[in-house]
Amino acid sequence: MAAAATGPGPGSGPGDSPEGPEAEAPERRRKAHGMLKLYYGLSEGEAPGPDPLDPTDLNGAHFDPEMYLDKLRRECPLAQLMDSETDMVRQIRALDSDMQTLVYENYNKFISATDTIRKMKNDFRKMEDEMDRLATNMAVITDFSARISATLQDRHERITKLAGVHALLRKLQFLFELPSRLTKCVELGAYGQAVRYQGRARAVLQQYQHLPSFRAIQDDCQVITARLAQQLRQQFREGGSGAPEQAECVELLLALGEPAEELCEEFLAHARGRLEQELRSLEAELGPSPPAPDVLEFTDHGGNGFVGGLCQVAAAYQELFAAQGPAGAEKLAAFARELGSRYFALVERRLAQEQGGSDNSLLVRALDRFHRRLRAPGALLAAAGLAEAATEIVERVARERLGHHLQSLRAAFLGCLTDVRQALAAPRLAGKEGPGLAELLANVASSILSHIKASLASVHLFTAKEVSFSNKPYFRGEFCSQGVREGLIVGFIRSMCQTAQSYCDSPGEKGGATPPALLLLLSRLCLDYETATISYILTLTDEQFLVQDQSPVTPVSTLCAEARETARRLLTHYVKVQGLVISQMLRKSVETRDWLSTLEPRNVRAVMKRVVEDTTAIDVQVGLLYEEGVRKAQSSDSSKRTFSVYSSSRQQGRYAPSYTPSAPMDTNLLSNIQKLFSERIDVFSPVEFNKVSVLTGIIKISLKTLLECVRLRTFGRFGLQQVQVDCHFLQLYLWRFVADEELVHLLLDEVVASAALRCPDPVPMEPSVVEVICERG
Amino acid sequence: MEDDAPVIYGLEFQARALTPQTAETDAIRFLVGTQSLKYDNQIHIIDFDDENNIINKNVLLHQVGEIWHISASPADKGVLATCYNKTSDSKVLTCAAVWRMPEDSEPGGHESPDDSASTAHTLELLCHLDNTTHGSMACVTWEPTGDGKRVISLADNHILLWDLQESSSQAVLASSASLEGKGQLKFTSGRWSPHHNCTQVATANDTAVRGWDTRNVTEPVKTLEEHSHWVWNVRYNHSHDQLVLTGSSDSRVILSNMVSISSEPFGHLVDDDDLSDQEERRPEEKSQEPPQDSVIATYEEHEDSVYAVDWSSADPWLFASLSYDGRLVINRVPRALKYHILL
Repeated sequence: MAAAATGPGPGSGPGDSPEGPEAEAPERRRKAHGMLKLYYGLSEGEAPGPDPLDPTDLNGAHFDPEMYLDKLRRECPLAQLMDSETDMVRQIRALDSDMQTLVYENYNKFISATDTIRKMKNDFRKMEDEMDRLATNMAVITDFSARISATLQDRHERITKLAGVHALLRKLQFLFELPSRLTKCVELGAYGQAVRYQGRARAVLQQYQHLPSFRAIQDDCQVITARLAQQLRQQFREGGSGAPEQAECVELLLALGEPAEELCEEFLAHARGRLEQELRSLEAELGPSPPAPDVLEFTDHGGNGFVGGLCQVAAAYQELFAAQGPAGAEKLAAFARELGSRYFALVERRLAQEQGGSDNSLLVRALDRFHRRLRAPGALLAAAGLAEAATEIVERVARERLGHHLQSLRAAFLGCLTDVRQALAAPRLAGKEGPGLAELLANVASSILSHIKASLASVHLFTAKEVSFSNKPYFRGEFCSQGVREGLIVGFIRSMCQTAQSYCDSPGEKGGATPPALLLLLSRLCLDYETATISYILTLTDEQFLVQDQSPVTPVSTLCAEARETARRLLTHYVKVQGLVISQMLRKSVETRDWLSTLEPRNVRAVMKRVVEDTTAIDVQVGLLYEEGVRKAQSSDSSKRTFSVYSSSRQQGRYAPSYTPSAPMDTNLLSNIQKLFSERIDVFSPVEFNKVSVLTGIIKISLKTLLECVRLRTFGRFGLQQVQVDCHFLQLYLWRFVADEELVHLLLDEVVASAALRCPDPVPMEPSVVEVICERG
Repeated sequence: MEDDAPVIYGLEFQARALTPQTAETDAIRFLVGTQSLKYDNQIHIIDFDDENNIINKNVLLHQVGEIWHISASPADKGVLATCYNKTSDSKVLTCAAVWRMPEDSEPGGHESPDDSASTAHTLELLCHLDNTTHGSMACVTWEPTGDGKRVISLADNHILLWDLQESSSQAVLASSASLEGKGQLKFTSGRWSPHHNCTQVATANDTAVRGWDTRNVTEPVKTLEEHSHWVWNVRYNHSHDQLVLTGSSDSRVILSNMVSISSEPFGHLVDDDDLSDQEERRPEEKSQEPPQDSVIATYEEHEDSVYAVDWSSADPWLFASLSYDGRLVINRVPRALKYHILL
C-alpha cells in the first residue's frame, strides 16, 4: 500500500512555471505518453513530420525544447505565440488529467490484487492442514482393509466349494430324474426332447456306470431308450407320414446310436415300397383298361410322383447317411439305378404307345419334361446314371420318331402314287383323253414337298432351344446329320427312287399293271428332283438343322446321280412298255392274217392307222412332261404333203431294185451293202430326257417287231403289196416323231425287203398307186 | 495266248435252222437248213477242221420246202429230222419228216464248194410225222440219251411223242398231250430235259434271259439283260453248263458265264443226284472263291438277226451261230476262260 505515494508531485503542477516548466513539461509528457502508448500497443502512426530526427517535432524522440522555442520565437508573431502557448497549456492539462485517471485506476487494481493474494495465502494454509488429515485417515483405512481381507480369506474358499457342490447336485438330480422324464417325454411323444436328454446323459452314465446307483439309472434309461427306439421304429415302419417325417425318425434313431447300416437298409427298403407304389400307379395308367392319359400327363405323373419321391429319398439319404462314406453312396446309387430302370421301362412302354401318333409337339414336350425332371436326381446321384439313361431314352425315341417319319413319308409317297393312278384311270372312263399330266406332276411334287417340310418341322421340335435335351451332343450332331439328313431326307429320296425303280424291275404281272403315264410322270418327277428339288430339300435341311457334325454325309451329287439314273430307267421302261403295246398290235396284225390268200390292197390296214394314232397320243402325252429335244438337221419342217412327194420319189429309187424279181442273192447283197454303210441300230437302247428321243425309242421297237414278224410269215403277191402300202403309210406319219428320219426309212425298207424275200411271187405295187392308197386312207 | 479268229461261212439263202450233228463225237460238224421260197432248199453239212481252221461243206437238197427247224438224231449220225413249210396255194402248213443222209455225203469228199447245186445229193426220206390233225409243227427233238427211236414234236399246242419203228421208216404216234394255257398258245420251242433232276431252266423273253428254278416259278433266279432286242435262242454248254450262249435279233451272240443258274457246283458242293455228269465234272472242281456271273464275250460278226446258236457236240469249247442272211460263224470259248474252268 505504500506504493500509492508515487505520482506527480504537487509542486510540479501545470502552470507552475510559465517558461521553464513549460519547456520541460512537454518532454516529460511525451516520455510518459510514449510509454503509455507502448503499453497500449499504439503505434506512432500519427507522428507528424517526415523526419523523426527533427528536433523541432513536439512528439519526436529527438525533441529539443530549446530549438523549438527558438524556432517559435524566431518564426511566429506574438499572437501566434500566445495561441500556441494556450494551446500547449490546454494540452498539458488534458494530458495531466488523463494520466491521473490512469494511475488511479491501476492503483485500485493493484490494491484489490494485493488483497486477493493475501486472502489466498490464508486459504492455502488451511488446506494444508486438511490434506494432512486426509493422509492419516487413508492410512487407517488401508490398515482396516488389510485386516478384513485377512479375516475373510478362508470363508471364500468354502463358498466356492459349496457352489460347485450345488451344481453337481443339480446334475445328479437331473440324472435321477432322467428315467421319469424320458418316460414322460415318450408318453407325450416328444421324441426329439427325449433323444436330446438321453444324448446328454449318456456319456456321464457311461463314465460312472461302475457305481451301482448310476448303473441302475443307466439300466432304466436303456430300457426306456429301447422302448423309445422301438416306438420310433414303429413309427418309421408305419411310415404313412411321408419322407420328411421318416427322415426325422431316422435322424433320431441315429442319434440313439442305432446301427446306421441297418437303418439305411431299412430306410431304402421303405423308400422302395413307396416308390414302387408310385410305379404301380404309373403302370396302372399304362394298362389297357382305363383310357390312357396322354403322354404329357403320364410323364407329369411320373415326374411328380416317382422322380420327386426319388429326389426326396436321395436328398434325405445323403443328409442322414453322409457318414456312411462311399459304401453308402454306392448302395443308394444301386437303389436308384434299379428303381430308375423300372421307371424307364414304364416310360418306354408308354412312349412306345405314342410311336404311332402324329403329334410330335406333345411328345417332345413330354420328353422334355421327362428329361428335365430327371436332371435333379441325376445331379444328386451321378453314379446312378439316371440322366444318361434318360438321355438315352430320349435319343431312342427321337430315332424311332425319325423312322416313323420316314415310314409316313414313304406312305405319303405311295398314297400320292395311288392318287395319280386313280386320276389317270378316272378321266379315261369319262372319255376325256390325256389327263392333265403336268398338273398331276405338280400336285405330286408339291404334296411330297409339303410332307417333307411337315416332317422336318415336327422333327425340328427335338432341337428347339427351350427343350432341355436339345443341347446334348447327340441332338446337336448325330441327330441332325445322321438322323435327320441321312436317315430321314436322304433315306426318303433313296426309297422314293427305289419305289420308282421297282416299277420297271418287274415287267411281268406287276409292271404290266403300271399305267405308262405313271412311269412317265415318275420319270419326270425324278428328273425334277435331280435338277432342283434334291438340292433345295437338302439346303433346307442343312439350314434348319445347322449340321455341324463332321461325319460324312451323302453329297447332293450322289443323290442327284441316283435320281437321274432312276429317271432314266423309268423313261427307258416307259419306252419299252409303250413299244411293247404297239409291237403287240403289229405282231397280232401280222400273225393272224393269212398273207397268202389276201386280196389286192385297197386300203391301209386299220391297225396301221391305229399305230399312228397311238403314237400321236404318246407324243402328246410325253410332250406334256418333256421338252421337244433335238432332231437331226436333215429333218425339214416340210409339211406332210411335200414330204410325201419327196419321199415317194426317193422311195422309188430305193425300193426299185429290191422289187424287181431278180435273184435273191442280189437283194441279199444289196441289203448287206446297205447295212455296211448304216450304223447298227440298238433297238432297246437307253433314251434321253426329251420327247423326240422317247418317241424314237418307241418307234424303233415297234418297227423292229414288225420286221421280225414279217420274216416269220410267207406272203402272197398281194400280201407283199399290202405290206408295201402299210409301210409307206407308216413312213408318211412316223417320220415327224423321230430324231433321225433315216432310221424310220431304214427299218421300213428292211420290212418291205424282208416281205419281198418271204414272197414266192414278189410283184411290187406301183409306187404311185401306193401313194394314192395312202393318201386316201 | 491269242484267241483264234472266228471262222465265217456264207450260205446263199436265208437260214434259220442250225444243229450240231449230235451223234458225231469226233468231227466238229453242224447242219444248217436254208429258207428259200423260190429255190430248192438245202441242208449244208459243215465240217470244221479245227487244226487248220478250214471249213468243208456238203450240200444236200431238201426239196419239200423251206426248213424252219432241224435236229440230228443222237444215235445215228446219218439221221436227222426237219420241220419244213409246205406251201400249197394260199395255204402254208409246216410238216415234219425224218430223213437219212446219203452215205457218200460224208464230208471230206471232193466236191468243190462253188458248184454245190450240181453235185448236191438228195435226202432219203425215212418217214413223215403225220401232223394233219394237230396243226403246224414247230420243232422236232430227239430223246437225247435214247437210241434214236423216240422223238418229241410240238404242233401248235400239242406235244407229240413218236416212236420210230423199223429202222425209222415208220413213225407211230405213241402219245400226245395238249398244253393248256391262257389265250391261244402256240408253242414254238421244246427241249428234252438234259438232267433227270433238272431244276434250272433258262427262258428268253424280249431282251432278257431269265434263269428259272422249276420248283419255284414265281420269281426268276437270274435275269440277264445284255441284248438290245429279242433273244431267239439260248443254249447251255453240254458239259459246262455255266456257259450260256444266246443269240438275238440285235445281230449279236453273247457268251455268258452264269454260275448262279448252272448246275456246276460251287467248290466241293457236289450234287449226288447228278450222277450222269459226275465223271466229266470231277476234275473240274475249282478254287473256293465263288465265280461271278458275267458276260464273257459279245460276238458281233453277224449283220442280221441271229436266230440260231448251238454248241458243237464234239468239242465243248466250240459253237456256231447262224444269222438270217445265211452267215454261219464258228467261234471258240476264250482260252483263258477255258483253262480257268478246266484247271
